[in-house]
Amino acid sequence: MQIKVMTNILERNDQVAAALQERFKKAGIFVINLLGSPGCGKTSLLEKTIKALKETLSIAVIEGDLFTAKDAERIEQHGVPVVQINTGGGCHLDANMIQGVLDCLDLGELDIIVIENVGNLVCPAEFNIGEDCKVTVLSITEGDDKPLKYPLIFKQASAVILNKVDLLPYTNFDLKAAEKDITAIHPGVTLVPVSCQTGEGLEAWFNWLIKQVQIKKGKESK
Amino acid sequence: MHEMSIAQGILDIVLKTAAEHNAVKISCIKLLIGQMTQVEPESLKFGFAALAANTIADGAVVDITIIPLVGKCNTCGQQFTVERYSFLCPLCHSANILVVSGRELAVDYLEVE
Repeated sequence: MQIKVMTNILERNDQVAAALQERFKKAGIFVINLLGSPGCGKTSLLEKTIKALKETLSIAVIEGDLFTAKDAERIEQHGVPVVQINTGGGCHLDANMIQGVLDCLDLGELDIIVIENVGNLVCPAEFNIGEDCKVTVLSITEGDDKPLKYPLIFKQASAVILNKVDLLPYTNFDLKAAEKDITAIHPGVTLVPVSCQTGEGLEAWFNWLIKQVQIKKGKESK
Repeated sequence: MHEMSIAQGILDIVLKTAAEHNAVKISCIKLLIGQMTQVEPESLKFGFAALAANTIADGAVVDITIIPLVGKCNTCGQQFTVERYSFLCPLCHSANILVVSGRELAVDYLEVE
């Protein structure tokens, strides 16, 4: 006997993610799922962002790592609320994990939550965790072939940050080729070359972020 | 990817469905996996077989259909197979593309006794 099922295997996660999105929408909070390889500069980008914008926007961070609270400790130094999730081996954050820590944050007080996902170019791309958008960070030292090798994480992102551009003279990273590949995978994606080290390009990222928050709060058209 | 947690998700769905229909044995599970879904079919089958041991899904054939990555141009209406992950219309070069298929991760149907 055949039983038709037609059920999305990640349905349970997606249901929790949808409930999270509703909660964030009611609280007027813009939520980013920050993705990228280990060492690409996600935490550094966050530190620069918090330093520049914390007087303008109320920011909180949810950190995801297999082990340690090293990233949360870095964020804590900047005086914003931060929660560390340790997956203990899990390669990505899922919606249940985010739901599990939300009571640690005062949602009524926040404009943005940045969820820094586990460093990984593969698995986090598949999982909705209640975010408004995914932002993928690719660093110059990882190589310009990575977008075509890991297309989904670039397809899913609303913005792609190309970090460590100060190191371009010391690598064979072809910036034009990488930008061409990323825009073929995701036509119209916002591409922001930056250096967290020198500060180059960060203004464009901050302005994009501020605009997204304003759009979410209904203060500006898309 | 982490095929074991996907396999667990599949097992949960099929055991629940089988129980709802009072089935005593699951002989076949049909899965739909999109071309752009990051799951390795053989690893998934291996993981599922391990998890299904000593359940009514023990020994079930896992039959996987890979769904092609197909886009539809919202500008000119052209439907096309996406090649090399290039999401531009091959006809009019528009970037306004809807992904019609290729991101599935679903249990389609079960064969039971």
